[in-house]
Amino acid sequence: MSAHDQATIDANPRLSRTQAAWVIARRDFIAVLFSRAFLFFLIGPLFPVLVGGLAGSIGKSVSTQAVTVEVGLAMSEQDNTAMLNAAKTLRPQLGGAVPALARIAEAEGVADFDVGAYLDGSQGKFATIVTGSTQAPKLIGTEGQVKRWKGPVELIAGTANSASPTSFPSSTSQLVASSAASERSSRIRTAQASQMVLFLLTMLLGGMVLSNLAEEKGNKIIEILAAALPMDAVFMGKLFAMLGVSFVGIAVWGAFGWGFWAVAEDAIVTVTQTNYRDLPGPAVGWPMFMTLAILYFSMAYLLLGSLFLTIGGMASTVREVQTMSMPVTMMQLMVFFVAAFTLTPGGAWMEPYAIAFPLSSPFAMLARAAMEESLWAHAAALGYQAVWVGLLVKGGSLLFRKRVMKSGGGGHGKKRRSWFGKGRSGAPAQESSIEPAE
Amino acid sequence: MTAHNVVEPNSDDRPLAIEARGLVKDFDGTRAVDGVDISVPEGAIYGILGPNGAGKTTTLRMLLGIIDPDDGVRRVFGHDRPHDIGRLIGYLPEERGLYPAMKSVEAIAFMGALRGLPLAEGRKRGLELLERHDLGYAADRQIRQLSKGMAQTVQLLGTLVHRPRLVVLDEPFSGLDAINQGKLEGMIRNLADDGVTVIFSTHVIHHAERLCEGVAIIAGGKVPYAGSVEAARDRIPAQVRLETRMREGAWTNALPDDARREGDFFYFSLPETGVEPLLKRLIEGEAGILSLSIERAGLHDAFVAIAGEAAARQLEADASGYGSGDAS
Repeated sequence: MSAHDQATIDANPRLSRTQAAWVIARRDFIAVLFSRAFLFFLIGPLFPVLVGGLAGSIGKSVSTQAVTVEVGLAMSEQDNTAMLNAAKTLRPQLGGAVPALARIAEAEGVADFDVGAYLDGSQGKFATIVTGSTQAPKLIGTEGQVKRWKGPVELIAGTANSASPTSFPSSTSQLVASSAASERSSRIRTAQASQMVLFLLTMLLGGMVLSNLAEEKGNKIIEILAAALPMDAVFMGKLFAMLGVSFVGIAVWGAFGWGFWAVAEDAIVTVTQTNYRDLPGPAVGWPMFMTLAILYFSMAYLLLGSLFLTIGGMASTVREVQTMSMPVTMMQLMVFFVAAFTLTPGGAWMEPYAIAFPLSSPFAMLARAAMEESLWAHAAALGYQAVWVGLLVKGGSLLFRKRVMKSGGGGHGKKRRSWFGKGRSGAPAQESSIEPAE
Repeated sequence: MTAHNVVEPNSDDRPLAIEARGLVKDFDGTRAVDGVDISVPEGAIYGILGPNGAGKTTTLRMLLGIIDPDDGVRRVFGHDRPHDIGRLIGYLPEERGLYPAMKSVEAIAFMGALRGLPLAEGRKRGLELLERHDLGYAADRQIRQLSKGMAQTVQLLGTLVHRPRLVVLDEPFSGLDAINQGKLEGMIRNLADDGVTVIFSTHVIHHAERLCEGVAIIAGGKVPYAGSVEAARDRIPAQVRLETRMREGAWTNALPDDARREGDFFYFSLPETGVEPLLKRLIEGEAGILSLSIERAGLHDAFVAIAGEAAARQLEADASGYGSGDAS
């Protein structure tokens, strides 16, 4: 640095809030990103996904095997064959409605085959067994299973008797992209899915912020930071560092998820019971929707994070931080439920409130992006949420200074009232990590 | 505003680096600092002297803007808000703090960055400083791998890396061995030679006496004295130590009223009339003078006189634990 640069510092001796926040954000971002703990943090959520995928895959396999043999045939050889052929004929049109049929080997050639004993002995995997003939089929099984398969079996038997047509006219079809009636209801699925993803991400990543000041308090570095920089800049820097870390996490998980989807799409669809390819496009279009999703995630993270940072900053010990994590998670859930409720038929009245309440606002607005085409509301909402981020950070940093750094009212003889009264104006000095040294 | 025992005049023409008037701070109903006045001219080495719990750290934290006073005003280089001139200040807190996973040179650069120094420049200066203090080999070592003394030196270098105009050191000698205390004294003198204002708190009188141009004696949250070290010492009359061959005699009537005998010596305050009339009477009385010395009062004596015996005893007790790192 030249003498000129030093002179510049002397002439401009104040670090701007943005510069101050950047110093903190850069340090925190690098420190978190290159820590071993972050590696574990990254791979942590992948385990349940992996386990879920495997479980889904196994479940699908088991399920497939379970429906392979559903209804047993204990009729004459000729009737058995006729039933099987009839089922084969009907399956292309009726698909899963036609049960899988199988001959019962033990019954073949046995005139007085005891079906009841066979079922009692739990031999085979049949839901029900058909005896008699195609003219007069008889279903033997539990009440529920008989009721379930009675109709399909009669249809198959009827087809086997050629009582109903064995060939079906092929119909033509004309597809439309959407209908006015169905569009809104189908976009609700997109809105719900996006809210869920936003919630999961903020829940997974927001908790990190809770203990973000613990290191500085434990190492007494907070004293150096507080002496050098305004506390709100420290808060802001920490928040943006963790937001950056979160984006890294999302990028890693996203890449992993993309790969996982490529190899296990069927399993994912089975487990989640949702075909994501069929999710209807959001009202604002996918590119804009994804942009808004990133922005609303940022806002949700910063809003919740500023609150968590303040709450975590108040804690004297790591144990206190851990204890707080449960109620904090509950709070996140409540925020999510409030936003999700607006998508229900009876919850539309609540949408303005969910948008106005800062913590649920990003969730509600993201759902709105899926449902409504207009964009101006998003610009306004993002501005509104940004103002709240600023207010929460300012309030949190003031509270931190007052209660943790034990700062006073600013001098000049002003007497200020404590928020919680004299008796509750902070933890006893000996319990505070940042206590007056003298 | 609380009445102040001493309002220190700025006796020279230098502008004030720090000016505080009537600082008051309460913690949970307990008054920690009660009307502190301090004036520190630019370029001075200034000590805040007092036992643990006297309010030294709280005063420094208020001066730096870490906490706000409940009453009173503070100005640093004429600014009411110290953060407005944050780039001009270096601060070493009493409770040392560094990120354990950071490398030494990075820690220094980071502390510089907090004060507006670009990281690259901070690394460059950090390396130079480490080399200059024989710690170049530890530049790439993590803080957690350093000894306590080394880590403390790294933090001190981080306090200075951005070349501040005001350096505030809270109990800087705490935890240092005698050699490193000597080195630190040298560093503080060098800073002052470069025109940097240095203010430090201590409960070891010798450091303040050796280094400081001015001191504020603080006890029980009040500042009963703030001014030059010389003026503090001048508050106590010089002590005379007299050794005579004769133990008794009429000549003893010539001794001042406060004279006391300890072993072979008489001790008493230097009379206002000087030592010459006394000498004449002792010679006339054939006291047999073996030796006579006049000792100017030290800062310790001044401290006892100003802050009281109890504060002095506490100060000595605090200082006896010095060097162990248990400063507070």
